[in-house]
Amino acid sequence: MSGSAPGPPALDFPGAETPARQYDLDANGVRIAVHEWGEADAPPLLAVHGGFDFARTYDLFAPRLAAGGWRVVAWDQRGHGDSEHAALYSWDADMRDALAVFDHVAGTVGGRNGHFTPLPVVGHSKGGALMTQLADAQPFRFRALVNMDGIPYKRNIPDIAEHERTKMLSDDIASWLDHRRRTADLQRKPGTIDELAARRGRMNPRLHVDWLRRLVTTGGFESADGWRWKIDASMRFGGFGPWRPEWTLMRLPGLPMPFLGILGAEMEEMGWGTPPKKVLPYMPLLGRCEVLDDVGHFVHIEQPQLVADLVLDFFGEPA
Amino acid sequence: MNTTTTATAKDGRTQIVRHNKIDLALHLLRDASDQSHRPLLLLHALGEQTPAAVPPWVESWRGAIHGLDFTGHGGSTIPRGGGYTAELLLGDADVALGALAPGSPDGMITVLGRGLGGYIALQLAGARASQVHGAIVLDGPGLAGGPTGPTSQSFFSLETHGEVPDPYALVELGRDLRPPDYVRAFVRLAIDGSDLDEPVAVCTVFRPDWLEAVAGEHGVMDVALAEALDAYA
Repeated sequence: MSGSAPGPPALDFPGAETPARQYDLDANGVRIAVHEWGEADAPPLLAVHGGFDFARTYDLFAPRLAAGGWRVVAWDQRGHGDSEHAALYSWDADMRDALAVFDHVAGTVGGRNGHFTPLPVVGHSKGGALMTQLADAQPFRFRALVNMDGIPYKRNIPDIAEHERTKMLSDDIASWLDHRRRTADLQRKPGTIDELAARRGRMNPRLHVDWLRRLVTTGGFESADGWRWKIDASMRFGGFGPWRPEWTLMRLPGLPMPFLGILGAEMEEMGWGTPPKKVLPYMPLLGRCEVLDDVGHFVHIEQPQLVADLVLDFFGEPA
Repeated sequence: MNTTTTATAKDGRTQIVRHNKIDLALHLLRDASDQSHRPLLLLHALGEQTPAAVPPWVESWRGAIHGLDFTGHGGSTIPRGGGYTAELLLGDADVALGALAPGSPDGMITVLGRGLGGYIALQLAGARASQVHGAIVLDGPGLAGGPTGPTSQSFFSLETHGEVPDPYALVELGRDLRPPDYVRAFVRLAIDGSDLDEPVAVCTVFRPDWLEAVAGEHGVMDVALAEALDAYA
């Protein structure tokens, strides 16, 4: 574990707070940046960000959880935020990095010597899906799990002829391979804070422009030719592979720990496009799902206090 | 399109091609005996590396014979912390294709893979159908792959010290998902985009589920290796 040098101050946004502590962990040779809000000796609560996000996207939400008496611990997944740009990325690698953080945090509250300390965990989007799978594989690590709009349902495959579908797959694969051939020298496109905020706004149209501008100053860096997002330029949306979203959904009913799903009713580009009525039958025995009307994929940013109150009530007293 | 960084290693027979943050060793095993014949790219099996000399079973090939060391294998970079997928290796093979196809008389290459390399050869034949003149799948380590659907999973870390091959590669590529319908999609892409009637040749004795599905597809040859090499020469 080592300390991270503080970056430039973030732009102000009402209710947003810079983490109280930042440090690095060595996750099997990959440097993972960890951010904490709340008192250093408060009981820990893990917060896992979504794909193409970073831990500081919890600047609004985490302080509200910390106000409930928790030490909120979030980390930048490899290639995201302040963590190392790794040579390889995969679901399993993200899971392994997560375990390094779990082990570290559990170790700070007496979870060593062969005993796992179950922790409360909240994950958004991809972070929610990752944690749902980990909760299925290693339930002893979880005291309770909150999944915020991270319940994959199934692929959005348009109703088209077979040959058209094959053509789409062909184009997807060729586009991905073309991208891979270019990544050796690739950099994110520079711009002003407003330009980067506008780009992000196209993916997050429901979020306030001042929040997006702040995101540039927490998830980006400034160099001579302007601001760039910190995320590894080799990463991109889309792609292909054998994994199917519904395989995560199948893991839900068997989860043994208390489970809370929080879904935004408004479908958005960065979301999974999961219709709430499709996932409700999959709730585990100790699970329930809250559907927030007129809220999009980023439930914790659009309605930070409402969602924090739901989560605090669900987790109960910090202990 | 191809901005892959290339360099030549000291032995003059190995080209270093760049795939994102990985330096891949692309070996020339033998020059073409007849310049009108296209190159053959060998893809090794899980845990192997490109052989030091031309294997006897491809002696008949008259074009140049190359071999690629996948990420985490042989002379290629050993990354830290794992994260291997078959699709990553497809990217490796595609970078090699980008390096070799321009030197081919017709801009195409033939790909032959053992075990895991055979699976990647099949993927490449689908992904770059107009540049791959036949993909040959042979028996070898990693041919089986992992499950064909979701399973109870284990996640763990390994103590590694830069070993070759990378232990993470052995574990992660030894259990990659290969649903038959996903694999069949590559066969159909190969048929759609290739000028060959049968762009894939299965020359294995062992037939895991995914390969059984492939072998049953229209456009796939189920033949001995020598016959496949003749067909694609």
